[in-house]
Amino acid sequence: MTRHAGGTLPDTDRYGLLGHPADLAGHLRELGPLPIPRVVDHAWRQALVDALEASGLSGRGGAAFPAARKLAAAQRDDRAGVIVVNGMEGEPASDKDKVLLTRAPHLVLDGAQLLAASGGADRIVVCIPVGRDAVAGAVVSAIAERLAGGHVHTLEEVVRPPDHFVAGEESALAQWIDDGRSLPSFRPDKSVRLRIGRRSALVHNAETLAHVALIARLGPGAFRAHGIPEEPGTSLVTVTGAVARPGVVEIERGTPLVDIVARATPTTAIAALLVGGYGGTWIGPRHFDTPYASIPLRTIGASAGVGIIVALGAPACGVVETARMARYASLQSSGQCGPCVFGLPALAEDLSRLAKGSPDPPLMTRLSRRLEQINGRGACRHPDGVVGMVRSALEVFGTDMSAHLRGEPCAHRGRPTQLQFPVPIEV
Amino acid sequence: MNSTALWYTTRATGIVALLLLTATMVLGIATTNRARARRWPGFAQQEIHRRISLLAVVFLAIHVLTSVLDTFVSISWVSAVVPFTSSYSRLWVGVGTVSLDLMLAVLVSSLLRSRMKPGTWRGLHWLAYLSWPVALAHTFGMGTDAAEPWVIALGILCVLSVGSALVWRFQVVARQKRIGAAAAAAGDAVEPQKHLALTGGGRGSRS
Amino acid sequence: MTRLQLSIDPVACDAYGYCAELLPEAITLDEWGYPVLDGKCLPPELLVLATRAARDCPRRALTLRETKRPD
Repeated sequence: MTRHAGGTLPDTDRYGLLGHPADLAGHLRELGPLPIPRVVDHAWRQALVDALEASGLSGRGGAAFPAARKLAAAQRDDRAGVIVVNGMEGEPASDKDKVLLTRAPHLVLDGAQLLAASGGADRIVVCIPVGRDAVAGAVVSAIAERLAGGHVHTLEEVVRPPDHFVAGEESALAQWIDDGRSLPSFRPDKSVRLRIGRRSALVHNAETLAHVALIARLGPGAFRAHGIPEEPGTSLVTVTGAVARPGVVEIERGTPLVDIVARATPTTAIAALLVGGYGGTWIGPRHFDTPYASIPLRTIGASAGVGIIVALGAPACGVVETARMARYASLQSSGQCGPCVFGLPALAEDLSRLAKGSPDPPLMTRLSRRLEQINGRGACRHPDGVVGMVRSALEVFGTDMSAHLRGEPCAHRGRPTQLQFPVPIEV
Repeated sequence: MNSTALWYTTRATGIVALLLLTATMVLGIATTNRARARRWPGFAQQEIHRRISLLAVVFLAIHVLTSVLDTFVSISWVSAVVPFTSSYSRLWVGVGTVSLDLMLAVLVSSLLRSRMKPGTWRGLHWLAYLSWPVALAHTFGMGTDAAEPWVIALGILCVLSVGSALVWRFQVVARQKRIGAAAAAAGDAVEPQKHLALTGGGRGSRS
Repeated sequence: MTRLQLSIDPVACDAYGYCAELLPEAITLDEWGYPVLDGKCLPPELLVLATRAARDCPRRALTLRETKRPD
């Protein structure tokens, strides 16, 4: 499936993540210098927090935590910090961070520099998984340009963690940087800061940092000029599936889902949308006009997640595709928590039987019980995402589910998937 | 207390300590294997393991005390804890001291368990696997009653108990590894580090 | 009065099941032998057993935490 990054905002508006030159000279020419004073004092540090607060920027990595609050917490910490740029993008259907880091690495790095100066960090670590050498190369070149041009206040480096699905979970990332083991931690109290050695870690999705860089230069007003008042700004979304122009688009928050998909030109009638990735939610046609923002999505049981929309084109079988995702998810457990290690394969097995059209009579009760039992009992959100995705499938694909339960044959098991997986998935 | 009484006490408590240590080992291995007696809950099994180990330490303490107090042979307090410093039977008393030191390490680590990392505690607890054969060696190396048929019989019983418990342990570990390998064959990214508590079958089989 | 809640570290837990034996009123086991909490505050009469369960857990996975929940 070929990809291209498409879609930028109107030319009259300078706020855009993908519209600016990728090289350092062009970047500085269009956006001006990095606004960090030679002497960083308390007033400047506070000003950045205030700007982020006024902008209403929330994290673009899935958790949607307010950026201002995260920075303020880092400032209160006495320990020296590390800014971790999360470019891991473990979701197979997501490309936004790859595109951003290739086309606007200086925006991302500028954002990291700003947070480092304001939050008291003396190291910036950019995480790009093994296997994405083109992206890593782009960032390494950008760093070299910055060093040569003397634009670096805090040292920047690129590291290459493994490319597992959960390797981008923030505690797993911090742990990997610390001791080489990519394993999520149990964190009952999220306000306790992540540690890397003796330093505190501030982990941010690459896109969030790009927004920080633009807000610091153009002001919170430029960010708020887009989107909706409750959820301002823009977002990068990867649109794939039954579309003629799959790729990454920059959209305003609050844009109806159907309009976002229209940018990628659907090739056929759309049976359902998968929003938020393989740990996200299926959405049926009656909710296609839902605005892409947290509150409207939450009222229909979904969340924006990490900026992914997969358009399932008719004819298709949501049951089969759901079974494939469950199988993939079960292979991506980090192996630490019983309910995930044993529960996800059990779920995948049930869904596989459903997909084959050979269910045993207690299957649905067993499936419901397992969904209830697996939810919320892992150290990270991985099992929760699968549970949410499967529950949404039960709702959206009710008709197909009934057909499979009756044992009716489904032609789609043999057809290629409309989703993407890094390894072949059989159900 | 005269020397003969001390000597008999030393010998008797030594044998009893060895038997109790053997029982501790077998119960400890059974706990790790998740063995479940029909009427006894698992936490009770663990409690028995702990109490027998403490009883073993008590008998061991008396054994050390009487052997030091006994003036017939010269074993100082120092040589009771520092190996191979005794003037009497340097080698075999030393071996006994090694076993004692290892057991003290296990005991102290369990008392201070909440203050240390779980990995540290487990590492120290594994020293128990070493202290048992060393204790056995000391018993027969000292030679005092080693030629007595009943002592030899008890020794064989101890070896068979721990030996079969270890064989059982290897079987359980191999089965867990097979479950893990099956997961890997199915394409799992990571081999699970978790134990499946149900002894009755494969993954998620109780459906 | 501070209210307490049971908390299980799922990474440390290795399905020994002692907690469910000691506190069947508050902890059940799922089909794979791993403990399921009911999410409620710990009733005061279970405090002694809960403390014992936390101490007896071979992996120290069970802890008692203060909670601000109203119930």
